[in-house]
Amino acid sequence: MDAVTTLAVDTRLPELWPQVWEALGQTLTMVSITLVLGGALGLLLGLALHLTKRGGLYANTPAYVLLNTLVNFFRPIPFVIFIAAVQPAARLVVGIGIGTKAVVFALTLAAMFMIARIVEQNLVSVSPGVIEAARAMGASRLRVTCTVLVPEALGPLVLGFTFAFVAIVDASAIAGVIAGGGLGTFAQQYGYRQFDWVVTWTAVLLLVAIVQLAQLAGNLLARKVLRT
Amino acid sequence: MSVVQLTDVVKEFPGRGRRASAVRAVDGVSLTVERGEIHAIVGYSGAGKSTLVRLVNALEEATSGSVVVNGTELVGLPEKQLRQVRRDIGMIFQQFNLFGSRTVYGNLAYPLTVAGVPKDQHQKRISQLLHFVGLADKAHAYPDQLSGGQKQRVGIARALATDPKVLLADEATSALDPETTRDVLDLLRRVNRDLGVTIVLITHEMEVVRQLAHTVSVMEHGKVVERGVVADVFADPAHAVTRRFVGTVVDDRPDDELLAVLRGRHSGRFVRLAFRDADVRQSQVYDALGRHGVGFELVYGGIEAVGERTFANLTLALDGEPDAVQAAIDEVAGLVRLEEVE
Repeated sequence: MDAVTTLAVDTRLPELWPQVWEALGQTLTMVSITLVLGGALGLLLGLALHLTKRGGLYANTPAYVLLNTLVNFFRPIPFVIFIAAVQPAARLVVGIGIGTKAVVFALTLAAMFMIARIVEQNLVSVSPGVIEAARAMGASRLRVTCTVLVPEALGPLVLGFTFAFVAIVDASAIAGVIAGGGLGTFAQQYGYRQFDWVVTWTAVLLLVAIVQLAQLAGNLLARKVLRT
Repeated sequence: MSVVQLTDVVKEFPGRGRRASAVRAVDGVSLTVERGEIHAIVGYSGAGKSTLVRLVNALEEATSGSVVVNGTELVGLPEKQLRQVRRDIGMIFQQFNLFGSRTVYGNLAYPLTVAGVPKDQHQKRISQLLHFVGLADKAHAYPDQLSGGQKQRVGIARALATDPKVLLADEATSALDPETTRDVLDLLRRVNRDLGVTIVLITHEMEVVRQLAHTVSVMEHGKVVERGVVADVFADPAHAVTRRFVGTVVDDRPDDELLAVLRGRHSGRFVRLAFRDADVRQSQVYDALGRHGVGFELVYGGIEAVGERTFANLTLALDGEPDAVQAAIDEVAGLVRLEEVE
């Protein structure tokens, strides 16, 4: 047999399908839990950044500097290092330093800092005049935040969260470092390390499919919100 | 009875940067606006008028002085009570500031919800408001589907939703074309006349002042430099800034260049006479000039109307014996305001 037919035939994919589905399930679980938890925390942190900035509804320079420094401290850490570095914290919070739970913990933290920045940037698009109009009607700052600031920025926020989702899918592939499972781990274990490119590409295509579907859903939702 | 009463109000903003000194945007302003009045505050950008109007609904807190609105002192009032006060003060803006994520209906419902008006009363009130501003068919449109004039109408309807006693208008027509401006001014006049709402408007357009306002304050460098009934200020502006503003709509004073041309064409002394309403007839003046044997010619000026009042600034060239001209000038100066044009 020549090399080409060897590559084409020599794959264990047919017997690995159960593992493929399991890995897909793990990835979807990790990513969706992260999106919900990290999304909520990131939204809060992003709002805090925006509101404490100079000219914000709760303008407070020391608070802003503190939060800003915190976000800047964690954001540049590569996730492959971050996931290991927060292991002690994971043990404290979720009781275990390895496995899916620990991965979700690390992903959620990383997503929170990333989403906070995305939220902060999107909120800038809301005109200060609209905020002022609501304040002039006698709305409280909290009410203005919830009923004007966030709804007015909803379109860009949906797109921002879609962007974050894709980045989380990307980051989740590193879960294998702390025995986290998912498609990334699967592709490394059964594909890359076994020189089985069919398996590698199966995992890759599934990840691509997840990303495509998420982007499509995000775009549709944003269009609905923006009425375009 | 005054609705808005400002006394010695100062507003300072901290300077940016470590060594920058504080900026005094409003510098000791005292101002009274009576119930039912339309009061205009004019000034160039940076004169402090935007800050001043925001002191009235406490979007900005005064550094010192007293701000009394509807009988309530706002300076030092806790935020919670200020919110209550703001519900009785409507505000409209140059950029309209409508909520883009809500329909016209949603925009009008917002202040009602904030004021705690039960939801089942919204429909009726919103329909009333939309009829008043002539947009009954636009309830379900979004702001980005409306023209500028329509947006400002929605802004006005939204500001009136909770029946405020005072309406603050921040350059409300400055983003509109002349035609639309006229429509919006008509609407504001109805708001004042039919609903009895006191209006404080800030603008840099004297045409708006002339068409809409009863009284006017002129601001420069954070201070009110002139204040009075609109017709009086137009007829007889005292401060240089006021003269520049009035000059933008009332062209009754020849500038230096034109004056030189006029002097080339006409001999004699040039005097400017200010007539107000009909308290002194022009014929009285002309008779006096005739009695002294002084020939005269009207070289510049005209009769202007502000509201229901008229005034004229007429520039005359007087010809005759120097003594006779002087005697005529002395007599006429006793009848009307007379100014020799140098």
